[in-house]
Amino acid sequence: MSTTLKYQEKALKLVGTRPLRPDGVDKVTGRARFGADYNLSGQLIGKVLRSPHAHARIKSIDTSAALALPGVKAVVTREDFAEMPDELAAVGELTINFRDVTRNMMAREKALYDGHPVAAVAATTESVAKHALALIKVDYEVLPHVIDVVEAMQPGAPLLHENQYTQGVKPRPERASNVAKRLEFGRGDVAAGFAAADVIVEREFSTKPVHQGYIEPQACLASYSADGQAELWTSTQGHFVFRAQCAKVLQMEVAKIRVTPTEIGGGFGGKNNIYNEALAIALSRKSNHPVKMVMTREEVFRGTGPTPGANVKVKLGATRDGKITAAEAELNFQAGAFPGSPVNQASMCAFTRYDLENVRVVGNDVTVNRPKVAAYRAPGAPIAVFGVESVIDEMAKKLGLDPIEFRLKNAAKEGTQTYYGPKLGVIGYIQTLEAARAHPHYSAALGPNQGRGVATGFWFNIGNETTCSLNVQEDGSLTLNLGTIDVAGGSRASMAMMVAEELGIAYERVRPIVGDTSTLGFNFLTAGSRSTFASGMASVIASRQVIEKLRQRVAKIREVPLEAVAWKDGQALPADASAAQFAPMSLTEIARMAGKTGGTIAGHAEINAQGAGPGFGTHIVDVEVDRQTGAVKIVRYTVVQDVGKAIHPAYVEGQMQGGAAQGIGWALNEEYVYGDDGVLQNPGFLDYRIPVASDLPRIDTVIVEVPNPNHPYGVRGCGEVPIIAPMAAIANAIENATGLRLTQQPFSPPRVLQALDAAAAAKG
Amino acid sequence: MARITLASSLAPYTDGELELRLEVANVRQLFQALGERFPELQAHLETGIAVAIDNEIYQDALLQPIARDSEVILIEKIAGG
Amino acid sequence: MARNHVTTTVNGDPVEFLCETGQTLLEALRDELRLTGTKEGCGTGDCGACSVIVDGRLLCSCLMLAVEAEGKAIATVEGMADGETLHPLQRKFIEHAALQCGICTPGILIAARSLLERNPDPTESEIRYWLAGNLCRCTGYHKIVDAVLDAAREMRGA
Repeated sequence: MSTTLKYQEKALKLVGTRPLRPDGVDKVTGRARFGADYNLSGQLIGKVLRSPHAHARIKSIDTSAALALPGVKAVVTREDFAEMPDELAAVGELTINFRDVTRNMMAREKALYDGHPVAAVAATTESVAKHALALIKVDYEVLPHVIDVVEAMQPGAPLLHENQYTQGVKPRPERASNVAKRLEFGRGDVAAGFAAADVIVEREFSTKPVHQGYIEPQACLASYSADGQAELWTSTQGHFVFRAQCAKVLQMEVAKIRVTPTEIGGGFGGKNNIYNEALAIALSRKSNHPVKMVMTREEVFRGTGPTPGANVKVKLGATRDGKITAAEAELNFQAGAFPGSPVNQASMCAFTRYDLENVRVVGNDVTVNRPKVAAYRAPGAPIAVFGVESVIDEMAKKLGLDPIEFRLKNAAKEGTQTYYGPKLGVIGYIQTLEAARAHPHYSAALGPNQGRGVATGFWFNIGNETTCSLNVQEDGSLTLNLGTIDVAGGSRASMAMMVAEELGIAYERVRPIVGDTSTLGFNFLTAGSRSTFASGMASVIASRQVIEKLRQRVAKIREVPLEAVAWKDGQALPADASAAQFAPMSLTEIARMAGKTGGTIAGHAEINAQGAGPGFGTHIVDVEVDRQTGAVKIVRYTVVQDVGKAIHPAYVEGQMQGGAAQGIGWALNEEYVYGDDGVLQNPGFLDYRIPVASDLPRIDTVIVEVPNPNHPYGVRGCGEVPIIAPMAAIANAIENATGLRLTQQPFSPPRVLQALDAAAAAKG
Repeated sequence: MARITLASSLAPYTDGELELRLEVANVRQLFQALGERFPELQAHLETGIAVAIDNEIYQDALLQPIARDSEVILIEKIAGG
Repeated sequence: MARNHVTTTVNGDPVEFLCETGQTLLEALRDELRLTGTKEGCGTGDCGACSVIVDGRLLCSCLMLAVEAEGKAIATVEGMADGETLHPLQRKFIEHAALQCGICTPGILIAARSLLERNPDPTESEIRYWLAGNLCRCTGYHKIVDAVLDAAREMRGA
């Protein structure tokens, strides 16, 4: 049954405070075990052979020399994996085409990107495995490739999939295309809206692919037993989803695979899909040994999914008094080698911060010779919003309106009709705009070559399938087994806090863990800003079940009616003066007697959490532009965000700061650089430049709390919203500092310098 | 009869028909009825659609009841990262 | 190919291991000595996750060959706490929520410790530049800087 527990305002003891996290000591001492930290006796090392070509037909693969090398125990290629049908399959809540999953994991007919896996080996040592890769002979027929999204959309562009016809177009096109799908959202009449406008702004933007940049490369360890069962340890955002994907591609029964999630060293959406996992299980099955596979940093860049690069067109019309009359956007997103970019979500996020009568958004999902894209924190939204919030800013300037004032005049609020379907419920967008405007940052003085920019972001947030179990141990301490992976370290603490709050006990009495897939029912992956919302709801349901059972147990032990027993502050006591009186019993006392009075007391929840509340954020940034070098320095940054309720404010602040930092990197430096041969030229952290400590200032945070009516504590979720606004905010700040409107991401020194030089040449 | 509205992005699968009234008691029945009426929408219904019932969004909630006078909107599903 | 025998000291303990000539100190620590607290983020000296201190000098263990460890004194994150007593930096990191996923944390703690041993009263800017060789993707560095400043304050006062 789908579940929503309504928000109840009440006095809180724990929720909202800042206790220490349960996994903190392990992580600061090196004791915590991440993917690559697991080892099994007799294990082999697995390595992947990857295509050096961006696009090539694979005519043959000869693994004989590799197999003959002493120390090599198994080799797998496309021959070892079943063909999968071309259909969308629901895997938990994910919609996946397994025909694509199995191909992304191991090429079949064609290599579709530089880095595409073609074969894998398992050997006694890493150096033997590497040697074996060099002995595998692959006969490639190199084909012309295409990477740029606009080029890929042209008729006559090199075609990745001969049987791909654009979906969503009527009548069905006659020719195959790299455009896998076209979507259109709309409401009202944009032509009339533009006709009614006094001012129109129209701009085109481009973004490059960027990587989630998690510091821990993918790592897994598989052990297949001769009786057909497999154990898998892996660094993942969703162990149940990985289990489902492995089971499907390996044609194994789901319950025969036991996945233990290790601590995860960053995911941000990039660890939502399998890469080496099924390969490791297959190699283990073939070699009869455990197989460990750890990606190198270069493999992470060449072989895993970054975000789309995109071409974005935005057109906005408004009247002199500041009312937007029409909004239009076209989003052309790279999907990578297989369809499935987040262009639909990006399309739905593009204008949702505004109350608009006339809107039209067209999205195109385009296959190109790059790794299949993977989710990255609010997938698609930062790209669309870069365009939209830049145009909003330009419009505000043309109208002579303060940027926040202009947004307030058009702001979405409770009851606003979206252009993708429903009306918005209770939201906090206006509150974030007002808090930003009132913040000292907004009115602080600026120095020479400095400029200020504002931009806003919105994300839906989700709930989905969630499970947990809560067991009262014999001494009254509790274990909370969560199905939702704790990616940032912090959600475990928040769940324990909610349980302790419900039961009225000390936080330290609740030990949260994330159990392996054999210990709980299906739990969706940690994404969509869902964990505190959905696992929180599940934890509360389990807690309330435990309280019910405790009351029932006490009623029996004390021989009083159930209605006479109340639960307060960790103990059972008489409901009031008029109820049957009895000696109170603490949680510990009941727990000690539990075994002899009917058995252990436990609660659990298996829900599909509905009622997720959307999140909004407003960012203010000050930049300083060095006119000699083109370097843009972030001088000051403030993140204002509505999170519904901050269960643990320090972790919420951490999400806001971390997301902003990623957005800053996206804006200023990060990009995939491809050669003319379609090969990635910067697959390492030296040339793929993410922000370092000296690049960033302090990032101030303002937590706004407009409770989500559909969560017992009002939680909305907070992880994704903060990455959405930075690109546009920084572009707006650069414009404010220099008068230059930059439309090509990243705003790296060469690009800024080029723009400055061009402007100077035009003037002089 | 419940009032059903489809998001404009679904127009290509229903030949532009976006508003209808149906007698259905829950989301599962709704999807069944829509799948019969618009065969091209079928695949989409199974894997990519959420519903808003009287403005509350439900994803993967086949047994969610739909009242006689409910307003139901079909929208694209959301995932995350 | 015969492996090399190396004798060295790690966190004050004398240890020995065998390694191939091409293996890095990082690989030897993790795979031969099973000290997995030091992490590999890139293998090319760009991320700092593998930071260790060798004869008092902060360096990336992925850029040093294991055979070069012969006769040296190596300090890793596993040696920072004194039994159950955490180093002030470790404590402050937890208190300030200066870690999220935790993969960069061992490297940053070692780097921060190295800084405070040289400069017990660093400014925020000095901390940021010293830690510029340690990538963190989760935190935006704000709470890390606060934790280092606070630990430095405590270590000076105590």
